[in-house]
Amino acid sequence: MRVVHYLNQFFGGLGGEEKAGTGLESRDGAVGPGKLLEQLLGSDCQVVTTLICGDNYAVENREALTAAVLKKVRTARADLFVAGPCFLAGRYGMVSGALCAAVQSKLNIPVITAMAAENPGADLYREFIYIVDSGDNGAKMRDVLTRMAALAQKLMRHETIGSPKEEGYLARGLIRDEFVERTAGERLVDMLLKKVRGEPFESEMSPTTFAPVPKPPAIADLTKARVMLVTDGGLVPKGNPDKIQGSAATRWGLYSIKGCQDLDGADYEISHGGYDPQFVRQDPDRLVPLDVMRDLEHEGVIGELHEEFISTSGLSNPLSNTRRMGREMAAKAKQLGIDAIILTST
Amino acid sequence: MQITAALPVAKMVGANRLVLGNGIVHVVGDAKVSKEDEKKLRRRLVEQALAAMQK
Repeated sequence: MRVVHYLNQFFGGLGGEEKAGTGLESRDGAVGPGKLLEQLLGSDCQVVTTLICGDNYAVENREALTAAVLKKVRTARADLFVAGPCFLAGRYGMVSGALCAAVQSKLNIPVITAMAAENPGADLYREFIYIVDSGDNGAKMRDVLTRMAALAQKLMRHETIGSPKEEGYLARGLIRDEFVERTAGERLVDMLLKKVRGEPFESEMSPTTFAPVPKPPAIADLTKARVMLVTDGGLVPKGNPDKIQGSAATRWGLYSIKGCQDLDGADYEISHGGYDPQFVRQDPDRLVPLDVMRDLEHEGVIGELHEEFISTSGLSNPLSNTRRMGREMAAKAKQLGIDAIILTST
Repeated sequence: MQITAALPVAKMVGANRLVLGNGIVHVVGDAKVSKEDEKKLRRRLVEQALAAMQK
């Protein structure tokens, strides 16, 4: 079996943060953690190519990188693509997830990566690929690689993959039918009794969990603050230039309000299938409070209203998608030097 | 900072600065009152939002 392994500049031995801008490089054979991975995969597996790329270059040139990696993996006639492990390294995790998802969908070969559950790449890609839970401790490299190798072997042999807990990967949210002896009612009562007795039990349903969001620091001086308006109520310019979907939107848009004092319903439409849009259509300020913000700007209550607002449609959307868009919007706002955001949600 | 009519959803996902808006169909508006009163309501909601961001 031929294996291609992706590493960032650090694990690939190029260097630390000072080498994060390095473009994609290719080496014959295994490098760094790839050597142990090769051993653990067994004698019939060989790491034929190691791809190494700086984290900043990878994040900033993701499309070009993905195309280049796909080409390398195809040329190497790989049977398996491995990325990481990434532990808590956020850029590394996001890129590894993206590359694994791309290789899996375009080349149809098994892929595997590993990262901590808190790595932003985990939320983005856990539904699409097997991500071994690496934890945040890089010293557990051998243990993580052992689980990656075991799962990769199963994937290559097309064996049935056990539960996330059994195999040590991050839950993908997949539900598999299974024949069981006892009815749901019996199992439920059993669980309830265990709970009452204070004994451990395992629920068959894992509710969605949300990690606490740290509260951003307060605005020290509002009269100097640049404020931006954001909405998930689907307000878009007439014609919906970014084709933002009215349900399960995958896109968001940035729309100019430069020089505009009051939004006019004639200039906008609403792409949102979840509420009656007639009132906002009559007066979009009912969703994006531009008129009031302009007054506050003229009165000097706020420093400045940013000349664009962000909009998307918040309806029936998978969390992986909304989290991605939220991160993209936050990055945009940071890049624009925004101090405060008012998000209006329907 | 979020102004929303669906407070439980915002709380569930961990939003930490929240103002209750005036209905799903017009979070910062009111179709039942005059334009002047509606703008006053909108201003009040936005001022609440700005106050929350300074705490």
